[in-house]
Amino acid sequence: MEGIPKIPLADWVESAIDWTSTNFAPITKAISRFAETGINGLVVGMEWLPPWLLIAFFALIAWRLAGVKLALGTALGLLFLWNLGLWDSTLQTLALVLFSTLVAVAVGLPLGILAALSETFYRVITPILDFMQTMPAFVYLIPAIPFFGLGPVSAMVSTVIFAVPPAIRLTCLGIRQVPKDLIEAADAYGSTWSQKLFKLQLPLATPTIMAGVNQTIMLSLSMVVIAAMIGAGGLGGDVWKAIQRLKPGMGFEAGLGVVILAMILDRITQKIGRSQAKRQSGGQ
Amino acid sequence: MSIQITVENLYKIFGSAPEKALKLLQEGASKEQIFKKTKQAVGCVDVNFQVSEGEILVVMGLSGSGKSTLIRCLNRLNEPTKGKVIIDGVDVTALDRQELMEFRRKKFGFVFQNFALFPHRTVLANTEYGLEIQGVEPAQREEKAKKALAQVGLAGWEQSMPGQLSGGMQQRVGLARALAVDPDILLMDEAFSALDPLIRRGMQDELLSLQETVKKTIVFITHDLDEALKIGDRIILMKDGKVVQEGTPEEILTNPATRYVEKFVEDVDMSKVLTASAVMTSARAVAYPKDGPHVALRKMREEGMSSIFVMERDGKFLGLLSAEAAKGAADRGDKLIKDVVNHHDLPTVHPDDPLNTLFPLLAEHSFPLPVLNDEQKLQGIVVRGAVLAALAERGSVN
Repeated sequence: MEGIPKIPLADWVESAIDWTSTNFAPITKAISRFAETGINGLVVGMEWLPPWLLIAFFALIAWRLAGVKLALGTALGLLFLWNLGLWDSTLQTLALVLFSTLVAVAVGLPLGILAALSETFYRVITPILDFMQTMPAFVYLIPAIPFFGLGPVSAMVSTVIFAVPPAIRLTCLGIRQVPKDLIEAADAYGSTWSQKLFKLQLPLATPTIMAGVNQTIMLSLSMVVIAAMIGAGGLGGDVWKAIQRLKPGMGFEAGLGVVILAMILDRITQKIGRSQAKRQSGGQ
Repeated sequence: MSIQITVENLYKIFGSAPEKALKLLQEGASKEQIFKKTKQAVGCVDVNFQVSEGEILVVMGLSGSGKSTLIRCLNRLNEPTKGKVIIDGVDVTALDRQELMEFRRKKFGFVFQNFALFPHRTVLANTEYGLEIQGVEPAQREEKAKKALAQVGLAGWEQSMPGQLSGGMQQRVGLARALAVDPDILLMDEAFSALDPLIRRGMQDELLSLQETVKKTIVFITHDLDEALKIGDRIILMKDGKVVQEGTPEEILTNPATRYVEKFVEDVDMSKVLTASAVMTSARAVAYPKDGPHVALRKMREEGMSSIFVMERDGKFLGLLSAEAAKGAADRGDKLIKDVVNHHDLPTVHPDDPLNTLFPLLAEHSFPLPVLNDEQKLQGIVVRGAVLAALAERGSVN
């Protein structure tokens, strides 16, 4: 490759980011404020409650959604984290994950619906999603900083970007999987496109969409840990500190915290998806 | 009676360049040639017919003959390539999207081969669907849907999910969903083809008796000649997208227009195409392996039979138990009938066996013939009287 000058791709990307970060400052500021308020509100709210009450509350949710066994596991796992002194970190991570997931689903669901209904949009978004999912997760951290600065908002934004593809993909897949003859039946009786969507396609796609939400939560959790490098705090922050100070014990504790949180979130969302699917097959 | 549906010079070509195919059709090319040359699939070719109010028109043909395409052209689930569909004076092919939607809501009920029920909705909510999307008040639509369900004999099943029902019952829901909107026209696409033979015949009878009261205009698609003859006021026979003959069942049987129709029809007057499945009835009583000899004897006594068929709970056929054998077992004090069931040299027939092969068997044995499918499950029984009655009925056609 001698004699041929290097394509200045890196320079282009940087000037593009510079340009957008200066020109779209009002927008990024608004996003910043919105996300900061949301995340801080969640954290403050949860920290305000005594840990035992919050643990009981989570166990209750797990019981209502997924049964006694999971409620017990949830209570034990969270009590354990409280005992290790990881309570505040756990809440920070949880808040970030929940908020990121909320945003990812709010963005992913409509895009997924659009991709299912419009062939053109599907063709456009598929390679973009492929790109987003194969790009190393760390790379998303860098541009987030010029836009939103160090801290949880940057972490949230890069987390959303990393975690949104499965929400879009599985929403689209769920809708496309609705059998042709059912669509034909809805058409034959004169349904509008929105009647078809809300009365037929979305209800039938719910189990698949829930699988997407589950994946989004799991990806959010893994990204929130990585995002500790740009100041996300929480359990990831503890892991990051342990790495810097070469303290394997501390790292293990915080890592275990992530595992427990992941298991609780995973089981609960899986159960929701499965009970949806069960209801549709007539309880058989 | 006034004409309700008129179809004029209807063509349907599937593909991106239908003009090419239309041109080749005019030059007399066949369906296969056109597909080879242009990759366009020919659905319907120059179809013309009319249906009067309250009439049942059966469109009959083998798979690939274009009959399902044709019925979907009537409400434009398939967009006709050329030609006109006129219903109650309205040119359906000229309606815009909004008008078409309104027209579908008012005019048509559609019943699908594979039921196409919405699995996440209860039977009642499925039946209400057409009314719901029209914006009918909940109380009113529930009342209408319940009435429709009662008409098809499903009162009391409102809160069940479709997945909990048998095929026959699911199709009743499909029929109720169509009736609930009180349409002028019922489009039925192979509505009974997915059902077991006995249930299917029951549904045909019910449709006919229902028609006595509702008096809809019905376009019914089938590939089964027996069904067509039974249901149709008039029959259209299709082949390769073209109508090869149109007429009453009588006309088609006595005066087949082409070799194709003749081939269909030539067997009808004889016992050759009447199959076991067409004349079988359900067994009045059967015994199960867990039954003891006393239970089996009691069942026989109640029905006045001298022998009883034994099958597993899942329908798998085990054999025949005669009253003497059961009596013998009871006298010996056996607890189970398993050992005295006769399953050797017992004549059994397949649903597709022609009637003429049944005669010698029926003459030889005093008991009815069990009809078993490929999985050896009991589908029904053939009794002597039913065979003779069927022959007498069909024999009078010619």
